[in-house]
Formats: sequence, structure tokens, C-alpha cells
Amino acid sequence: MSWAFIFALAAVSYGFKLLGAVIVGQRAMPPVLERCLLLIPAALLAGLIAKDTFTVGQTIGIDARAAGLAVAALATWKKLPFAVIIVLGVGTTALIRLFV
Amino acid sequence: MNVFRAPDARRFISASLIIGVAFLIFGMSFGVLAVTADASVAQATVMSLLVFTGASQMSAVSVFASGGTAASAMGGAVLLAGRNAVYGLALSPVLRRSPLPIRLIGAQWVIDETTALVTAEDDDSSRHTAFWVSAPILYASWCGGTFLGAVIGSNINPSDFGLDAAFPVMFVAMLAPHLRTTVGRRAALFGAAAAVLLAPFMPIGLPILVSAFGMLFGISRGESLPQDVSDGAP
Repeated sequence: MSWAFIFALAAVSYGFKLLGAVIVGQRAMPPVLERCLLLIPAALLAGLIAKDTFTVGQTIGIDARAAGLAVAALATWKKLPFAVIIVLGVGTTALIRLFV
Repeated sequence: MNVFRAPDARRFISASLIIGVAFLIFGMSFGVLAVTADASVAQATVMSLLVFTGASQMSAVSVFASGGTAASAMGGAVLLAGRNAVYGLALSPVLRRSPLPIRLIGAQWVIDETTALVTAEDDDSSRHTAFWVSAPILYASWCGGTFLGAVIGSNINPSDFGLDAAFPVMFVAMLAPHLRTTVGRRAALFGAAAAVLLAPFMPIGLPILVSAFGMLFGISRGESLPQDVSDGAP
């Protein structure tokens, strides 16, 4: 990762915050745009989960990470504390890799 | 700047400290993962200080860790940062009470959690206190956590501990609040399917950008999105 990448991402992120908080102010944006922007995390985070669990490079497959994901999803659904979710999810994957 | 009302301030300090603990742990996890994606301790820490948008930072590091290009890492991170413009609109009446230089600092602290804490309050004075008390605490927790995690990560070999598995685990915790609505679940399903099914046919990092088209489910006037999407990261 380069410094240029970090500074560019920082500039864009701050730009979005500034746009809403200071520049546009109370003038509302079109509701449809607002709904779409707020849906991005649902679509992208689910995509990232799928990528980081079921692919290696350009290959699709199932390995120990899927078990870790299942345990983490269950722990999240049960509203366990965040630290517990991480330990359970990562621990499950690590244990399976150790023994399989 | 207005004087904070003491009982209010104390209430927001305790609320922020609870979220702050989650931020600290999440920040540490981000720090460890950033180092696995070849960032230095300084880069990981500066990224948290300047970007301060957990989902964007995690997304960028995840794409780099899978071997994607800087352009695709930037694409996903920028898309995830877009929602802060919406949160900024919600917080602008609060920031308007402060002079411009202070407002410019406050803008950096426009995130899911400060929005949730502020919009839960009924009167202007409480909203003002909620923002200016909680934001510095959350900021310090996230950035301090990142620094600690990066230092730990550069002193161990994270892959020995299976820490690459932490990516999906952390994204699951971040995704959960977004699944409370029907459109949110549809967008997520589309995003997941696109990311996996397109993987063999596109360069690494690009299927994730196709996932973002799940946002178009927002065109239909569905049920409104959840107000409180606090997820443990900025």
C-alpha cells in the first residue's frame, strides 16, 4: 500500500463528509439517491464477505474459512460482544486448519 | 462553543466509552490486517487518522490482501465512504452551531455512530453535546486501536495465527445492522452472489465493484433504512 493511496482515499472520504456536513448543508439530496447511498454497505460488505470466504484469487472454493464465517454469523446473530465474535470466528478457522 | 450540560455530558461519555471499547478492538483487528497487507505501522495509523471510515479502510486492505490493484481497492473504498455524505446532511444542523474552523474538524467525525447518537436526541443542546463529547472519544479509540494492532501485527506473523480469516468475520459484524430491512437483505444477496460468481471471469478486485450495483435496490421505494447502524467501527 502506498502513501499516495492513503492520502487519496483520505481526501475523497473527507470530501464526502464535508459535502454533506458543511457544503450542501440542509438542502436535502433526492430521496432515491439517499436510499441508494445507504444501501452500498449492505451490497459491498456482503460482497467482501463472499470474496474473503469463498474465493482464492480467481478460484471459487470452500475451505476452513467457511466454518469460521458460519460460527461468526451465529455469534453475531446471538448478539455476542464483538471481541467474542472475532475470537470464535478466527479460532474456528485456525482449529480446522490445524487438524484437517 | 456552548457550555455542555454536565448530566448530558456524563451520559454521552458512558455511551461513547461502550462503543469506544468495540472501536478499540475493531481498530486493533484492522491494524493487524493492514500490516498483513504490507502497510507499515505509520501507514495503518495515518490511514485511521485521516480516513476514519472503518468499512472503507477494511475494504481497501482486503482487496490488497487478495492481490487486487490499487484502482480496484480505491473503487470499493470510495463507494463505502459515500454514505457519510448522507450522515453529514443529518449532522449539519448540529455542526452549524460552531464556527467554520471547528466545523471543518467536526466534519471528519461524521460517521455511523456519531449520527446514531446525535439523531437519538430530541433537543438541539443535547445533540450538540452528544456529538462533541462522543466524537473525540470514538476517534481516539479507533486510531489508538489501529496503532496497537499494527504494532502487534508487525511483531508476529499474522498468517501463522490464521488471522486472514478475520476479514470475513469482521465484515459479518459490520454487515449485520444493514440486514434489518428487506432491501438491505436483497442488496446483500446480490452483492455476495456477484462477488463469488464473477470471480473466475474478472480480474481480482473487480467483482466487488459489481457487487455495489446492489445499491440499485434503493430505487424502489421500500421500507426506510435503519437509523441506528452502529456496527463497532467508524
